[in-house]
Amino acid sequence: MTVYSTAAVIIYLVFSPFIACLFSGVDRIVTARMQGRRGPKLMQPWYDIVKLFSKESTSVNDIQKILVMAHCFFAIFSGAIFFAGGDVLLVLFALTMAEVFLILAAYSVNAAYSEIGAQRELLQMMAYEPMTLLTAVGFYLSTGSFRVDEIINTELPLVIKMPGFFIGFCFILIVKFRKSPFDLSTSHHAHQELIKGLTGDLSGPGYGFSELAELYEEILMLGIAGLFFITSDPISFLWAFIAIVLIMFCMSLIDNIFPRVKWEVLLKTAWLVTLFAGGMNLVILSYIGK
Amino acid sequence: MPVLAFLILFPFAAAFIIFFMKKDSKIRTFAVILSALAELAASIFFAVDNFMNHDMTMGTFYLSKTHIADEVMASVEFCLMLLVFSQAIRFRKFYVMILSALGTLPALYLDFTGISETTASHIKVDHLTVIMVLVVGIVGSLICMYAVGYIRDYHHHHTEFKDRSGYFLALLFVFLGAMMGLISSDNLSWMYFFWEITSVCSFLLIGYSQTREAVTNSFRALWMNLLGGCGFMAAIVFCVGVMEITNISQLLLFAALPSMAIFPVVMLSFAALTKSAQLPFSGWLLGAMVAPTPTSALLHSATMVKAGVYLLLRLSPLMYGTHAGIMVSVIGGFTFFAASLLAITVSDGKKVLAYSTISNLGLITAAAGCGMPQAVWAGIMLLIFHAVTKSMMFMSVGAYENSTGSRDVEDMHGMIVRYPRLAFVMTIGIFGMSVVPMGMCVAKWAALKAFIDSGYVYLTLFLCFGSASTLFYWIKWLGKIFSVSKGSDKHEDTVHGSEWTAICPLACIAIILCLVYPLISSLVVIPYTQNAFSGSVNRFVTSESSEGVFSLASGTDNVAAISTEDFIIMGVMLICMCVLPLMMKYVNSVQERRVLAYMSGFNTGDDRSFYDSFGEAKGQYLANWYMRDFFGEKKLLMPSLMLTTVFLLVMLTVCTVGGLFI
Repeated sequence: MTVYSTAAVIIYLVFSPFIACLFSGVDRIVTARMQGRRGPKLMQPWYDIVKLFSKESTSVNDIQKILVMAHCFFAIFSGAIFFAGGDVLLVLFALTMAEVFLILAAYSVNAAYSEIGAQRELLQMMAYEPMTLLTAVGFYLSTGSFRVDEIINTELPLVIKMPGFFIGFCFILIVKFRKSPFDLSTSHHAHQELIKGLTGDLSGPGYGFSELAELYEEILMLGIAGLFFITSDPISFLWAFIAIVLIMFCMSLIDNIFPRVKWEVLLKTAWLVTLFAGGMNLVILSYIGK
Repeated sequence: MPVLAFLILFPFAAAFIIFFMKKDSKIRTFAVILSALAELAASIFFAVDNFMNHDMTMGTFYLSKTHIADEVMASVEFCLMLLVFSQAIRFRKFYVMILSALGTLPALYLDFTGISETTASHIKVDHLTVIMVLVVGIVGSLICMYAVGYIRDYHHHHTEFKDRSGYFLALLFVFLGAMMGLISSDNLSWMYFFWEITSVCSFLLIGYSQTREAVTNSFRALWMNLLGGCGFMAAIVFCVGVMEITNISQLLLFAALPSMAIFPVVMLSFAALTKSAQLPFSGWLLGAMVAPTPTSALLHSATMVKAGVYLLLRLSPLMYGTHAGIMVSVIGGFTFFAASLLAITVSDGKKVLAYSTISNLGLITAAAGCGMPQAVWAGIMLLIFHAVTKSMMFMSVGAYENSTGSRDVEDMHGMIVRYPRLAFVMTIGIFGMSVVPMGMCVAKWAALKAFIDSGYVYLTLFLCFGSASTLFYWIKWLGKIFSVSKGSDKHEDTVHGSEWTAICPLACIAIILCLVYPLISSLVVIPYTQNAFSGSVNRFVTSESSEGVFSLASGTDNVAAISTEDFIIMGVMLICMCVLPLMMKYVNSVQERRVLAYMSGFNTGDDRSFYDSFGEAKGQYLANWYMRDFFGEKKLLMPSLMLTTVFLLVMLTVCTVGGLFI
């Protein structure tokens, strides 16, 4: 590990929750303004999390808490691999494993809402996984490496070579962040059909761990989105940041406009987008590669 | 050589003795366990001996003069044909007779006229043989041990069936011996001989209970495998008659010019596809589920189906850039994807495992069809991991069935409380099949890299979609196991000692493999790929001057798709996962309040029932999600069968016409 990657990992470990909370705070304010409300304070998400950890620790059974903690640990771990400049595929696989632990925690409760949430989360994973894997494949085809530190060493921003992957990945981000048309497993909105399904039986610090993991995951996913823009030129970090802000804005817009869809629609659209946007780009890239 | 002869012949001898021990007795148990241990020890000794004393790079050849053995084999083949005939007449399935005759008669003709007689060696031992001997020897012997306790329980539960357990156990050993012969034969006729034994054996094992369903399914297995056998025979006839060769290693010499050998390659691949239950032929493997578990375990993981992919991996150097390669890789990739979707929709534990097996074999098949050293590396790794993990899963499902009377995933709800030991083993198995620091996922990762490097875009797509659905069916199963239902007690599992002696070592091997696979890779797999592809390397370079392909072909020594750094990271993850159960004790030592599960406030107080609209307590039942309307067997199976059948026919025609007339 070089000095840079060590620094990146430390920054990631220490500041991710703040940054993600900041994003989420802005998101809530923007959402509120769209709906003609004033909205909460900017750092409200941060206060919420801190408060969770000060609550009494309760759980439904013996294994629930340890599973959530494992989820949190592996989510942070996979992000750390990413910011250390490791293999993107390994990052994605590790993230999948982290998700598995959260799903198991929900299953372990043995209650209807949690279990439905867990099953739907599995469905969401099935919907987005092909695209995340394909994105990694795309990076490899255009740069010749799966390693993050080598991927960012390009002349031109990768989005030029892989626009299809980028569209597909942005689409998948909506599923991954459980935003409105695709918030099947757990939802923040009171008008949706299943509210807090997956995390419904978590409370206090246990819930805090799952929220914390989500913040780290969010930063990781945005990091991967940033890979489409970052080049060997340091100024590109600025472009990446602007792109990420735009992506976030579009997501809260979509979140507010679309009502939830059924799971069949989610699976079909996600796979079709993956196949057409990602698949076509893949064919073209591998053709150019030859 | 004596060790190898022992490996092949001893199981037959053991089978002969065990066959006459019809009654379940201490002596029989002892005999079976002793024979299995002997076979296991011999296979390990064989591997070690080959490493220490032989240079396996070119392979060691044995037995060039085998006139007597050939005669014996021919007569055994004739007997097998008669056996099939008698069964076919008994159950009025006359079409089987035609297939059997079509395969066997040319073999007899070739043998008695002496056309196929050769001075080339009949047995060849190289790295791949050693790997297979270890897989079959270790996993297969453990299955035989497991079978002793299992079959006793089986007849205890199913008193309606006639107890023929001696015959059953004997068949398992015959299987083992045939498999050992198959993987060490270099001569095609010899290989065909063992191939047919496994086909007939599996037919007899599937039909063990003699119910109508069992008989139907056993005949389905038989005709599909015999059809594959006919393909095998066609390849032999062509090789002997036209190309004037008798051995696989001679066939592999055509690697630099594969279009010359396209017909035998495509016919052998066809045989391998039937044996590995790839898509149009997946039916027999699913049908095999009615047989008692050891058969399924043995059929699936260690022997039968692995024989098919073994042959494909052997032929892989002849596949790159040929129509045969396209046929094999498309069928394999598609099977991987389609079978994993189908696995989502079934709730019978064994059936899930069957679909998952078909799916994983599809991936190995696709890797072999790629015809690239990296892909073959991934394929061999998949084969090893799959054999260990899957047989463990089969055994634990079987053990669960004997303890509770059900093998349905739905009935495994709350297993972690009721049967913690079995749940623990199954968790290792499911993690092993699906998530990253464990073996299968690592090999899948390598396969993905190989597919991208070889430029097979469609394979990459199949793999991405297929691995997403694979995760779905495994984790929902795991979720069932992990559901903690309050108030249910720990049950005493009735798993026999002999069953544990098989399951535990496999579980340990599954974990240890994750830590030592780089060693296996550098000791056996890489030397094998380097050698196997040494003849075809030039072809990559001349036909495609692309840098990627070049480095792939020349740099086989650093073929390991997973870098050391990634390996260390995964090691850390594995250790973290192992620490989890220990951490649990610590986390739970802190006193905290237990709360009820959320049921919209209508929880009756025990987490198992709720108040309905009449204010009465009603039990809740949580079912898993099968998406039958979306992916169901009814919806998906027929179209996939049609699609693959048409594709296979087209490719076979193209290759036959191309191979025979052009």
